[in-house]
Amino acid sequence: MADETPEASSPDAPAPDAPPASEPATEVEASAAAEPAVAAQAPEETVDLDPEIEALFARFEAALGEGVVDHAGSYGTLVVRVRPDAWRRAAEVARADLDCDYLSFVSGIDWMPAPKAPGDEGGDTSAPVQPDTMTFGVTGSDGRFQVFGHVQSTTKHWGITLKTDVSEQEPRVDSWVGVYPGADWHERECWEMYGVDFTGHPKIRHLYLPAEFEGHPLRKDFALVAREVKPWPGLVDVEPMPGDDTPDETAEGGT
Amino acid sequence: MATTETPGFEVDPSLYRNLENAQVNVELDNGDMILNLGPQHPATHGTLRLVVRLDGERVVAADPVIGYMHRGYEKLTEFRTYPQITTLVNRIDWLSSFANEVPFVHGAEQLMGITAPPRAEWIRTILTELSRIATIYLFLGEMGLQVGALTPAFWGFRDREHVLNLIESATGGRFHPNFNRIGGLKEDLPWGWIAECRATMDKILRGCDDFEDVLVGNEIFEARTRGIGIIPGELGTAYGVSGANLRASGVDWDLRRDGKPYLAYPEVDFKVWTHPDGDSFARYWVRLQETREAVRIVLQLLDSLPAGPIMAKVPRIIKVPEGEVWTEVENPLGQMGYYIISKGATGPFRVKIRSASFSNVSILPWLLRGVYVPDVITIMGSLYFILGDIDR
Repeated sequence: MADETPEASSPDAPAPDAPPASEPATEVEASAAAEPAVAAQAPEETVDLDPEIEALFARFEAALGEGVVDHAGSYGTLVVRVRPDAWRRAAEVARADLDCDYLSFVSGIDWMPAPKAPGDEGGDTSAPVQPDTMTFGVTGSDGRFQVFGHVQSTTKHWGITLKTDVSEQEPRVDSWVGVYPGADWHERECWEMYGVDFTGHPKIRHLYLPAEFEGHPLRKDFALVAREVKPWPGLVDVEPMPGDDTPDETAEGGT
Repeated sequence: MATTETPGFEVDPSLYRNLENAQVNVELDNGDMILNLGPQHPATHGTLRLVVRLDGERVVAADPVIGYMHRGYEKLTEFRTYPQITTLVNRIDWLSSFANEVPFVHGAEQLMGITAPPRAEWIRTILTELSRIATIYLFLGEMGLQVGALTPAFWGFRDREHVLNLIESATGGRFHPNFNRIGGLKEDLPWGWIAECRATMDKILRGCDDFEDVLVGNEIFEARTRGIGIIPGELGTAYGVSGANLRASGVDWDLRRDGKPYLAYPEVDFKVWTHPDGDSFARYWVRLQETREAVRIVLQLLDSLPAGPIMAKVPRIIKVPEGEVWTEVENPLGQMGYYIISKGATGPFRVKIRSASFSNVSILPWLLRGVYVPDVITIMGSLYFILGDIDR
């Protein structure tokens, strides 16, 4: 595995080319435009939408109607983005009309790029270099935060990933606990990790972290302190491979 | 305040205050009692704390307190390259580490558009099933321990060692193989491994018979598990309970057969066992049959093991193209999934880890309501969770 690390961890490794900009998604509105360096783009479908997924989506759309914002097929899984006010209704529709009786997970996404680029002064020199523009995955997003969940059918064997946008100023979305009781813990985790509040959750409180914990660890601006103060210890083991064109500069201090 | 005249003796007035309070203390709430189970209890396989409110011997409410082992893997994955992450996911469910790696490398392979060669997929399937046997075998023994039978626990540990030796001789690691590479496997099987694997499978089958003889049908075991901790199938699915826990409630759903085709499972013939009862006994029985079925799968795969390379052609620097993929597999403990979001870098942008035990245990507050204290332990034992799989 050491052969992958030198360039991956090199501070002067070039940032990956920005993905080819296609036409801006219509959903991206003024709030998103206020963000720095937003690359408003709709990534092309990763695979062709196969007829089964389209048929499933047609059923979902017929039941939910206006609430659907966008949909995509991603490697055999239907991904549907719904309006925030239709979030709970989407779960009800999935459960009642699509036989999705099984709750797989509910979680969140923070689309903001990590604020400190690897290799900056004091920054993390080991993390993979991520693009510094904000892009929004297969069904787009209105802003920084999204809540997403996956429900499945144990009888029909299909699954659907639901996404919805969450305001950055007041992250709040309806709870799924009334539809899927198992959403309880997932939403507690999402609440403490992303700071997203769930309206209608019976008792939202910390799940993993101690009650006095401050901050939301899975937000991109929450620094992984261990890597801020000390670079990845594996770096000293990195030696240039024979045939490497560029001498590796991160191997200083190596033995 | 009441004052008493005692000549020559000055009484501290605070004593009287205490006396008044003593009246109050006598009338304390004598209804419920709070009992702390854990965080270190043999039945929890780690550090799970369970706060139960008791009315006599009966549980009124139970609240699992988790997070003692939370390691923040979802955050850590954002700071690692793809090849480095397999070492992390190894440690989620530490008894079946190999099975945790497979869905992750599968997700990365799908995003990169590469497929591992057939031989690699076959060996992955064999090792996944061996992990399943090793994991469930421990349960088959420990479940006896929960009801007071000591011998099966020793059998479980003894025979699991044979399987761990197999995994070790193939991968180099007993518990944390880190054997998967994106595009295939690290190495091929060692010489003589297949014959040894066949011999071990015989031992496992005999061990399953032993467990059946000693526990299934045993009067004490049945009395402690039959009709205890019943999960209705439709409630289990709504809570996200998966794996043998769900199949023991009559839900005929196994991702090896019903999910998106993965590994070599479409090529093998196996039966998905279910049980209609949904109680602790059903969960034990289903897992016992699953172990035998895993042996059948391994033997079939050993027969049909294709020749060829074990590694696809992959670039030296693994950069995964932009995209999102959801991969799910049937792990020994239930549904294990990764939602990988890549932005075209050497590491993922976000990985949501869906681990089986997390959802399996989230039903505990519902399940433990109204049961007796000794049954709490057998129910928790029969759900079979690994703390690393809850806390991630």
